[in-house]
Amino acid sequence: MKGIIDLTIPQILLAYVFVFVVLFIVRARGIKREREILLSSVRMTLQLILTGYVLIYIFENPHPLITIAIILLMEGFAIGTVFQKFKGKLSRKLKRVIALSMSAGTLCCLFYFLLAVVQISPWYDPQYFVPIAGMIVGNSMTGVSLGIKSLTEGMTMQKNLVEEALVLGATPKTATRDIINNTFDGAIMPTINSMLGMGIVFLPGMMTGQILSGIAPTTAIAYQIAIMLGILGSVSLSVILMLVLGYRTFFNEQDQMVDS
Amino acid sequence: MFEFRDVLYKDILDLPDLEIQAGIVTTLVGPSGSGKSTILRLLNKMTSPTSGKIFFEGKDLAEIPSVEHRRSVAMLTQSPAMFSGTVGDNLLAGFRFQQRPLPEETELQETLYNVHLNKSLASSAMELSGGEKQRLALGRVLLMDATVFLFDEPSSALDEDTERFVIERLTGQAKEKGKTIVLVTHSKAVAETYSDEIVEIAGGKVKGRK
Repeated sequence: MKGIIDLTIPQILLAYVFVFVVLFIVRARGIKREREILLSSVRMTLQLILTGYVLIYIFENPHPLITIAIILLMEGFAIGTVFQKFKGKLSRKLKRVIALSMSAGTLCCLFYFLLAVVQISPWYDPQYFVPIAGMIVGNSMTGVSLGIKSLTEGMTMQKNLVEEALVLGATPKTATRDIINNTFDGAIMPTINSMLGMGIVFLPGMMTGQILSGIAPTTAIAYQIAIMLGILGSVSLSVILMLVLGYRTFFNEQDQMVDS
Repeated sequence: MFEFRDVLYKDILDLPDLEIQAGIVTTLVGPSGSGKSTILRLLNKMTSPTSGKIFFEGKDLAEIPSVEHRRSVAMLTQSPAMFSGTVGDNLLAGFRFQQRPLPEETELQETLYNVHLNKSLASSAMELSGGEKQRLALGRVLLMDATVFLFDEPSSALDEDTERFVIERLTGQAKEKGKTIVLVTHSKAVAETYSDEIVEIAGGKVKGRK
């Protein structure tokens, strides 16, 4: 392990040249972003070094409780990130729906993926659990974020259409059908698009990493295919759960629209 | 048919006692902002009172399922939204939302005639003028098999001749079929010619009845 770090330090230092290039560009053009660029570079470096050591510890001391703690931390962080992004725009009920649908959607897919597809043993093997959970939770978080944005915008911008539908005798479910379908479509499109370009336009990160570490490309590809399908499933499941439970939070028990 | 008891709605309406009778045309008149539209929304249960009770055929409105109620008490809003698609799609919107069997095309044509809208069923709803959209929305509501019809300024975007034609058909047909109509209008002429009862609303209160 130490040998590899020694080998890469000069290369890492060379890579920081890119940061200086960006700093030079923003300074020359008078764009006030130096602070953020420096901060993000330093934070990324420190966070990853820390994560590296944490992972070493976890891999050497696998324990179900540690794995559970990690997945809870990931879910909590992902849900918190969504809340933070839409600060002040989400009702309490909608927040509860987001937390529930993200946890249920990702955990179902994650456990199916690990236990039925990859068939890891023991079930908490952190070498598989942690990176795969990261990919599934991270992608679902992006999907749910997109979904929330489009759902809240749809309910605001098309409020008159939803109201008109209610006036004409629609149930809230029927009245919001189009908004929900469009939102679902929009939220899974990035995943679908990345599947379309995969292998031709770009080589995905996990596959690249496995190939760099010396694993046969065929094995790397098999993993990549499986994880992409797992991500598609988890994004779709989290988003649709969020939508079918979430639309109701825009209505009261008398099937009237709630003023936001 | 409708009975208001000690109804307060925010600081907009204060109706300790208001009754709307079945089978007649009741018109609500009064300055804009006096709460007429809110009364219609309460009748249709798009809104509920802050306090007090409204009874519909003797039953507390709060106890009646809202969607079911809106299907028997149809409402034309003041600025109705158009759904994307054709004139025909918009006429059928209510049927689709209520998942009811669709009517024959002749019935749709007849509705267009009744609301004085000379357009084909296949023309785009988005390209209609303001007045045409309003008449299309009126037609959409009239096609509903409701017992009560609430019309919020059905003729505000119509010229006088069209207004007379449309309101006459509206009230005439409703009376024939024993429907109840509650109409909100700015037009004194419309109120006086076609109503059985006129309720004057000002500042959220009933100021008088004729």
